[in-house]
Amino acid sequence: MKRGGVIWSWIWTILGILYFFLPLLATFMFSLRAKLGVLSFKAYENVFIDPQFITSFSASFIWAIFTIIVGVLIFVPTAYWVRLRVPQFRAPVEFITLLPFVIPAIVYVFGLVRTYSQPPLLIVDSPALLVAGYAVLSMPYMYRAVDTGLRSIDVQTLTEAAQSLGASWGTVLFRIILPNIRIAILSGAFLSFAIVMGEYVLAQYLAKPAFAPYLSLLIQNKAYEPAALSVLSFALTWACLGIIQIVGRGQQGQFAGGH
Amino acid sequence: MTISNVVKQDAPKARPASRKFSWAWLGVMPFFLFTFLFLLYPSSTIAIRSFQDSKTHAFTFQNILNLLHSPLLINAYSISIRISLVTSLGGGIFGFLLAYSAIRGGLPRFMRSSLMTFCGVASNFAGVPLAFAFIALLSPTGMLTNWLRALGYNPYFHGFTLYTFWGLSLVYLYFQFPLMVLIIAPAIDGLRREWLEASENLGASSFQYWRYVAFPILLPSILGSMVLLFGNSFGAYATAFALTGGQINLVTIVIGSQLRGDVLGDQGLGYALTLGMVVIMAVAIAGYTILQRRTERWLK
Repeated sequence: MKRGGVIWSWIWTILGILYFFLPLLATFMFSLRAKLGVLSFKAYENVFIDPQFITSFSASFIWAIFTIIVGVLIFVPTAYWVRLRVPQFRAPVEFITLLPFVIPAIVYVFGLVRTYSQPPLLIVDSPALLVAGYAVLSMPYMYRAVDTGLRSIDVQTLTEAAQSLGASWGTVLFRIILPNIRIAILSGAFLSFAIVMGEYVLAQYLAKPAFAPYLSLLIQNKAYEPAALSVLSFALTWACLGIIQIVGRGQQGQFAGGH
Repeated sequence: MTISNVVKQDAPKARPASRKFSWAWLGVMPFFLFTFLFLLYPSSTIAIRSFQDSKTHAFTFQNILNLLHSPLLINAYSISIRISLVTSLGGGIFGFLLAYSAIRGGLPRFMRSSLMTFCGVASNFAGVPLAFAFIALLSPTGMLTNWLRALGYNPYFHGFTLYTFWGLSLVYLYFQFPLMVLIIAPAIDGLRREWLEASENLGASSFQYWRYVAFPILLPSILGSMVLLFGNSFGAYATAFALTGGQINLVTIVIGSQLRGDVLGDQGLGYALTLGMVVIMAVAIAGYTILQRRTERWLK
């Protein structure tokens, strides 16, 4: 590479870094100004003692846990079975798992609300619908993470070896396959977690307590607390993806967000 | 996200021929049942009801016609499409330059992995917190605005506002260019060093290498990635809503208010509006798939 090229590389990289960090810096600086005249962590204190913060944050946390459970229960056996027994279903299954990328979240929630808010399917108020929706939104990430994990182990041989030793299907799935792809599942789980914690549209329109709608409400009413929360929420995203990077080192990373 | 359609699939292993009929397909039924109930069926109702009269449920094209004759809704599509074009083009170009700099630009190795991590985080950082970050940065009293004012340039005196088209584009770029970096990186990796060496041996200048070798090879991936960026910004809702308080006329924002309380006063029109989005997204993804096929010839 010629020297002129390197200089340009640095220029683009520095521009990228500025674009990345300036808004965060501004938010952080702003969050420290809650007390007049001095820099303080007052806004963070206010956030943590706000009972609504605790309710909405723990609500999102619980949604995330259930989403991960539902995701693991449905997508792991499916990905495993498609690999092992029914490869002819690979194309339709992959097509369906990618659909949430194609259908914008607001369109999706529009369909959900309209479908399930009239008899005989009146389940729009059920928390189960929200969890199912989250599981759908995180499906592209969860399924792909699991499928990538399965690709790296020899599903066929492991299954046959276990069965020839007398293992039942349950044993094969939970004691052989699952432990072998736990890193892939973990990275899918953290990605789902990050998605659910930041998801706004679904919780807002299914009228359930969650972190993002709370934050959105806070922006309209307060000045410094939302800044503090934005910083925290960024740190949370960072932590989730950082953990994936660490546990999944050497595996192909898969990131992207719903906005 | 790497939606590579390259599925490395080993040849299906031969199964013992003893079994005539297999119940194996039952194993994927929970998946199909789940996705039918919570994805396929709710989404398809949108398509069906777009062609139904909202009272009589009779088949009709009236909703679509109403949509095409509503200046407000056509304007919403126009703004959504323009903002997606601007941010996919801008984010695409900047993201490409950034990815190329980090991968092939002669920067230290650690830059590449840290850039990838940053981009993974940034492309996920959207919605309400992102909107707030830009308010803290570029609102009339934001940090950068104050800095620029101290330098004697107030962007708000020169027609800039954070809460309209260009401001929103600037905010969208924050998740657009990192996404570009993530999805274009494999294509840049696939650019063989031998090609550069070969063209240099044949006496090609740097410009000629780009014009006749690298650019034509990368073009389908760049365009394909930009199509994904287009979809990414076209479907964005939370960021725009949090930034403008719902004051900007985007398709997603209109769908949101229709969902809250039938602001269009016509259920059928709401369905048609939503269907229009799906159609545009489907066209975009079809374009992506076609471009992806052309790319695969060169990768691997």
